[in-house]
Amino acid sequence: MSKTIKLRKGLDIKLVGEADKVKATVERSDSFAIKPPDFHGLVPKMLVKVGDKVKAGTPIFEDKYNPDVNFVSPVAGEIEDVVRGAKRRILEIRIKADAENSFEDLGAVDTANMSGEEVKAYMLKNGLWPFIKMRPLDVIARPEDKPKAIFISGFDSSPLAPDYDFILHGENELFQRGLYALSKLTDGKIHLTLRGGSVADDTFTKAQGVQINKISGKHPIGNVGTQIHHIDPVNKGEVVWTVNAQDVALIGRVMSSGQFDASKVIAITGSEVKNPKYIKTTIGTKIDNIIADNIKEGNVRYISGNVLTGDKVDADGYLGFYHSQITVIPEGDEPKFMITQGWMSPGFNKFSINRSYFSWLTPNKKRVLDTNLNGEIRAFVVTGEMEKVFPFDIYPMQLIKSVMYNDIDLMENLGIYEVAPEDFALCEFVCTSKINIQSVIRDGLDVIQEECM
Amino acid sequence: MKSIEKLMRKMEPDHDGKWAKFHPVWDGFYTFLFTPGETTVKGAHIRDGIDLKRTMFMVVTALIPCLLFGIYNTGHWHYVANGESTEFMHMFGDKLVYGLLKVLPLVIVAYAVGLGVEFMFCIKNQHAIQEGYLVTGMLIPLIVPADIPLWMLTIAIIFAVVLGKEVFGGTGMNIVNIALTARAFLFFGYPTMMSGDRVWMSGAPDGFSGPTQLGELASFTGAKADWAFGSIDGFMQSHSTLDAFIGMIPGSVGETSTVAILLGAALLLYTGIASWRIMLSFIAGGFVVGLLANQFAVNEYMMLPPVHHLVIGGFAFGAVFMITDPVTASQTNTGKFIYGFLGGALSITIRVFNGAYPEGVMMAILFMNVMAPLIDHYVVGANIKRRQKRLKTKAA
Repeated sequence: MSKTIKLRKGLDIKLVGEADKVKATVERSDSFAIKPPDFHGLVPKMLVKVGDKVKAGTPIFEDKYNPDVNFVSPVAGEIEDVVRGAKRRILEIRIKADAENSFEDLGAVDTANMSGEEVKAYMLKNGLWPFIKMRPLDVIARPEDKPKAIFISGFDSSPLAPDYDFILHGENELFQRGLYALSKLTDGKIHLTLRGGSVADDTFTKAQGVQINKISGKHPIGNVGTQIHHIDPVNKGEVVWTVNAQDVALIGRVMSSGQFDASKVIAITGSEVKNPKYIKTTIGTKIDNIIADNIKEGNVRYISGNVLTGDKVDADGYLGFYHSQITVIPEGDEPKFMITQGWMSPGFNKFSINRSYFSWLTPNKKRVLDTNLNGEIRAFVVTGEMEKVFPFDIYPMQLIKSVMYNDIDLMENLGIYEVAPEDFALCEFVCTSKINIQSVIRDGLDVIQEECM
Repeated sequence: MKSIEKLMRKMEPDHDGKWAKFHPVWDGFYTFLFTPGETTVKGAHIRDGIDLKRTMFMVVTALIPCLLFGIYNTGHWHYVANGESTEFMHMFGDKLVYGLLKVLPLVIVAYAVGLGVEFMFCIKNQHAIQEGYLVTGMLIPLIVPADIPLWMLTIAIIFAVVLGKEVFGGTGMNIVNIALTARAFLFFGYPTMMSGDRVWMSGAPDGFSGPTQLGELASFTGAKADWAFGSIDGFMQSHSTLDAFIGMIPGSVGETSTVAILLGAALLLYTGIASWRIMLSFIAGGFVVGLLANQFAVNEYMMLPPVHHLVIGGFAFGAVFMITDPVTASQTNTGKFIYGFLGGALSITIRVFNGAYPEGVMMAILFMNVMAPLIDHYVVGANIKRRQKRLKTKAA
């Protein structure tokens, strides 16, 4: 049965810099990177050395503790560098791209005639597996699991998020092929959740073999975690998988063409972008060509992903594996005098869920927010603010505290299995005490993975 | 601004220099003047504009009407006690000046002593100075009689800040409301200064008697004839609800005027700083017990109209500024309703049934502070049960 869900809790943060609906092309960057830290908890085992030639689809590393899972190169070229951090942890594997892209022949397949095991083997071998994440833990799915369902969110509700309807318009067939492949991996349903009250693109509405649900309300309704919680919640011992909608089409494309074509459309957004727009590019691209001549003067922050959950990258950094968006906002590293801009100011340009600043007079105004913490880290004092933006039947503050004092029993009871750090992004945003809640939740999930999984 | 910042930077003690220990104090002043340029590193890159300073600033702002009214009211009752004035607005200037001379020292001592203790602990523990005391320092002068000796106030504040807060780890970690801890210390330590019929009028001449309405109610002994008012009707005739609502009654500095308190409440509720759940249920709790007392009225005291209960004594002040303290209150939304309701109910219960202690609000709130974690425990427990039931239905 499809479900229709209405949520009251949540928060839409209206920001300046939404992408115009034009698909532009920029010159392809000559450098690409796969960043193992994008895959939380992964220990990579390199399969290539610096100087090796690779094609798009050549495995470059595997999961050390799960060697079936291959990670492949998104482009053809030469392994340029392996950047390591503390304790020789691999941070980036950089590939210098050839002028002309060439593909490894993976063999086109028709999933209709394949068994679940065959589909799984194909995806594992050819670098498609990392697109599937699992709940609990919010890490790459374990191949040995049998998920009770697979969830795909048909839209993104986060601030300045790219519009999947626009991105996937006309990709009906590839999206459908991806869905067929995924349907072989579970005995349960595939849930595709769309925004209630608006008409989605044909790609989604005409999808076969899925259960289409509708959800309406404010962010985080587009988060797959919110949807899982309200459609088919994860209990202890159960596993569901999630795949990003654009990656479903990518899986379909690779399986039907036999070529690891890692191109995707991303949105470049944010108040500091001159012309926010959509750009056709490739997974792992260096962002220099994308931002070139399109950023306003000043000290800015580049974020791969959205402002709530994305990763900070440098101007010569690389697009994250799962990201469909680059956001550029001003850095807020200047001290602000208390009366003019600080805590005693009228605050016409501040944004808050409380009405203690005069910005409440203009609730629909799109704002330019910078990266200033707007305060300092404190113990939890204010209560009830997270509950306003957290649409789960979970007590967010109690769960966060249970993680902080490491009470595994309580974490389980309060619902740690159902959440991912991104579900707490809004809690982190509204927290008066400026606590880094997403990191806390991630730590909690790590403890659970170590002790209970 | 740049020049102030430069000056502040110049004065910053080296982290390993001679004054390194005092870095938290410098930091406290610096972050008071300037929101530091600290930026987000990961997670949410943008943050809500509010911080603890703003939150506390809002509460202090909300307390200002009470403070202003309290200053004037102190002066008014002084001149009433001395027989020089009976009309409320008569001798406005004199009353204001007298009130200022009485109340400002209380505020100054409260901030100086409390912040002094905080600074000492911050230097000792090398913690950042936190904002919680900004509100406490304003609350304490408002809940004591204007005539309280400053040395008594000093001891009470040191006691409250050290044993009520710092031993638990500072702002956000305390179990009971700090301002009420100070009040309770004074109440038990120096009962003659905190109750009776002499203390509520500042500088009253010897032999003058001017108890609060609650004091007068408590003097009711059961036999009608002994009571000055004869009956509750007599009491209500000499003390109208409207007077009490506006605040023209003797009492602690800031707690008398329900109007001033409501102004503060409006700000706190509108900005979303204080919990409407707690406030509403606290008032509901008090009202319900007031009504119940009416039904079972075995004596004249219990016949006091419930609305009148809400405007005399510290009830309104407690409802808006004390029970809503987020650190010591219940933290779950359901819990807040239960917590507030029980708090209000208990306040009036203590008032009505305990003749020796007519002001029940302080006791009730302190008691509920201690009970809040228990309430939360059961509310969260219900959520856990619901969650486990979901698992069982699934298995079945």
